[in-house]
Amino acid sequence: MSAHSDNGSVFETRTFNLPVDNIDTDQIIPAQFLTTTTREGLGQYCFYGWRFNEDGSPKASSPLRKHDASSQRVLVAGSNFGCGSSREHAPWALLDFGFRAVISSRFADIFRSNALKNGLLPIMVDDAVVQYLLDHPDHAVRIDIANHTLSIEGYGDFDFPLEPFSAYCLTRGIDTLDFILENEAAIAAYEERGTPNS
Amino acid sequence: MPQPTTLFEKVWQRHVVREETADTPAILYIDLQLLHEVTSPQAFDELRRRGLKVRRTDRCLATIDHSTPTTPPDAAGIRHYATEQAKAQVDLLHVNCAEHGIELHSWDSPNRGIVHVMGPEMGATQPGMTIVCGDSHTATHGAFGALAFGIGTTEVGHVLATQCLLQSKPNTLGIRIDGELQQGVTAKDVILHVIGSIGVGGGTGSVIEYFGSTVRAMDMESRMTMCNMSIECGARAGMVAPDQVTFDYLQGRPMAPAGADWEAAIADWATLRTDPGAQYHRLVEFNAADIRPSITWGINPGMVIPVDGRIPERTDSETRDALEYMHLRGGASLAGEPVNIVFIGSCTNSRLSDLRAAASLLKGRQVAADTRVLVVPGSEATRKAAEAEGLDRIFRDAGAEWREPGCSMCLGMNGDIGRPGDLVVSTSNRNFKGRQGRDVRTVLASPLTAAASAITGVVSDPRDFLGGEA
Repeated sequence: MSAHSDNGSVFETRTFNLPVDNIDTDQIIPAQFLTTTTREGLGQYCFYGWRFNEDGSPKASSPLRKHDASSQRVLVAGSNFGCGSSREHAPWALLDFGFRAVISSRFADIFRSNALKNGLLPIMVDDAVVQYLLDHPDHAVRIDIANHTLSIEGYGDFDFPLEPFSAYCLTRGIDTLDFILENEAAIAAYEERGTPNS
Repeated sequence: MPQPTTLFEKVWQRHVVREETADTPAILYIDLQLLHEVTSPQAFDELRRRGLKVRRTDRCLATIDHSTPTTPPDAAGIRHYATEQAKAQVDLLHVNCAEHGIELHSWDSPNRGIVHVMGPEMGATQPGMTIVCGDSHTATHGAFGALAFGIGTTEVGHVLATQCLLQSKPNTLGIRIDGELQQGVTAKDVILHVIGSIGVGGGTGSVIEYFGSTVRAMDMESRMTMCNMSIECGARAGMVAPDQVTFDYLQGRPMAPAGADWEAAIADWATLRTDPGAQYHRLVEFNAADIRPSITWGINPGMVIPVDGRIPERTDSETRDALEYMHLRGGASLAGEPVNIVFIGSCTNSRLSDLRAAASLLKGRQVAADTRVLVVPGSEATRKAAEAEGLDRIFRDAGAEWREPGCSMCLGMNGDIGRPGDLVVSTSNRNFKGRQGRDVRTVLASPLTAAASAITGVVSDPRDFLGGEA
C-alpha cells in the first residue's frame, strides 16, 4: 500500500466540485505525462489541459483554480468517473494533487480498482446525493471507511459499497500482494494440476 | 445435468485458484501477461523493492509500442523519440526484461508491434486463456474466446510476482447481433453503433459476450476490432466463442499448439461456448440491417451518429460542452466538415484487412490537397505483409505517409499529434478531449470512412465510393 493510505478509518474534510459526467483518464492525466517511470510528482499534471494553456500559463477560466488542497480533500464529480484507459497514473495524480476520495454516482471499473490499491477512496452514491453536493459547494463531509459511510453535514448519512476485503486493506494499510503471496501453496497446486492452457 | 453456463463462466471457472468468499475476492490464475513500456516500470520497481522474482517468465510477452517513434531511423541509424523521457522509458523496459529474462520484441524483432496486434499474430492469444496487460484495450484478445482485460500497474506487479490476480466476479452482458451487414458497414461501425446505443457506462461491471449470425460471419480481425472497444462502453472484457474461423486463424502461428497438441487444443476449444439456456445478467439485441457507417461527433465514444446522420440537438451540459469543443452545431450534419488529418492505425484498426480496406478506396486516387494522411500498420508482420502485396505503394502514390508500427496518433504519446483545432478522422478508439493533441477534434470512424474522407478532404460516406446503393 502506498504512503497515501490512511491508517485511521475516519476523516473529515470539505468537498470540491467538478460537475462533469464521464471524466476520462485522459483528462485526469494526459498521455504526454505517461513517459514517467515513477509514481511520484504527477499532481502538477493532474487535469493539465483544464488548468493550463498551451504555453503553460494557468487558465484563468479553470474551475480547479479555486481548489484549496489543504481543506478540500474530496472531489465530487459527475457520473462514470475515470472512464477510459487503465493508467494507474490517474489515481496517482489525484492523490498527489491532494484528493483522498472521489464521490460519483458511478466509477469506471479499472479506475475504481486502481484507486483502491492506492488508498484513493471511490465513494459511489445515488445521483440525488451527488446532486446535493454539487448544489452545495465546499461542503463539510465525514467519511468512515470501516463502516463505508459518507456523512453530509445537514443532509444525512449514506452507505457506499466497499468490499470487505478493500475496507480491511485500506484501514490496516495491508497490501493485496501479500495476500496473494500467502496463497503460494494453492498457486503451486493449481500450476501442478494444470489447465488446457498450461 | 450440469447447470448451463456462459462462455465467460467456463473460462473463469477454469482459472480459479481460490474461490471468492464473503470476505475475500477470488484468486484468478493468469495464463499470459502482455507488457509494454508505459505501464510496467513501477511494477518492476515494486518487485525490486520487495526482492521478488518474476514467477513465470514463460507467461510474459513484451513489446515497445506506445512511446516509440513511427518515423524510420535517420541516416546514422538513430531513432528520434519525442522526448528524452520517452526514450528512457523504452530503454528501461529493455533493462527490466533482460534482468528478469522476459521475451521482449524490440526494434530488431520481426514481430514487434502494438501489443494487441502482436499477441494474436504470434499465436500467443488462444481460446480459453486468461490474458492481462496494463492497457485497457486488452479486451481485443477476447475475440478468440479468451478472458482478456486491462489492469493497472499495481496489478501488473501482482501478476509478475504471482501469476495471479484478486478478482471479484463480474456480471455478464450478452450482445446479440443478427443479420447481414450492409455494404460499407464494418465491425468498427458495429461497435460504434453498440456503444452509441448502450452508452459509455452501459457495460460497467460486465464482461460482454458478442454473438449472433453477424458475429459468426466476421473474420478474426473484425472480431478483434469489435472486442477491442468493449472498454469504451465500460466493460472490462468482450468475448466471442471460438469457432472454425478462430482455429483457421491460429493454426500454424509460431506460438500456437502444433501436431497432436493442436488436435487436443481444438477439441477443447470447441467446448468453449455458452450453453443453450444459460443466462446473461443482461441481454441487448441488434439487427445488422439497422447499422450504417458510423462516426463520433463528440468527446466520448458514445457520441455516435451514422455518417449521413445529424448531430443531436440537445441542451444538456455534456452535449453543449462537446459541441463547443468540437466547434459543431446540434442538428447539423458532420459529413462535409473539412478534415485536416486522417489517421489509419491503432490496436482497433491497423491490421492487414483494415489496410486493405483503406487501400481499396485509395487505389488510383489522391488524398485531398489540404489533408494529411498517416497510415500506421499495427506490427512489423502486418507491415511486411502489406508491403508484400503493394499496399504501401498504393498509400504512398495517393499521397499518404506510410509509417513504422506503433500506437502513434491513437494517444499521441510519441509526438504524432495534431495542431490545435485540427479535425482528425481517426480509426482509433477514443475521441476524448486533447487525446490527439491539445484542442484537436477527433472523429472516430472505420478504415473505409477514413479513406473516403482522405480522398475528399471532408468527412465522407464511404458508400459513395463503393458503387451500388449509397
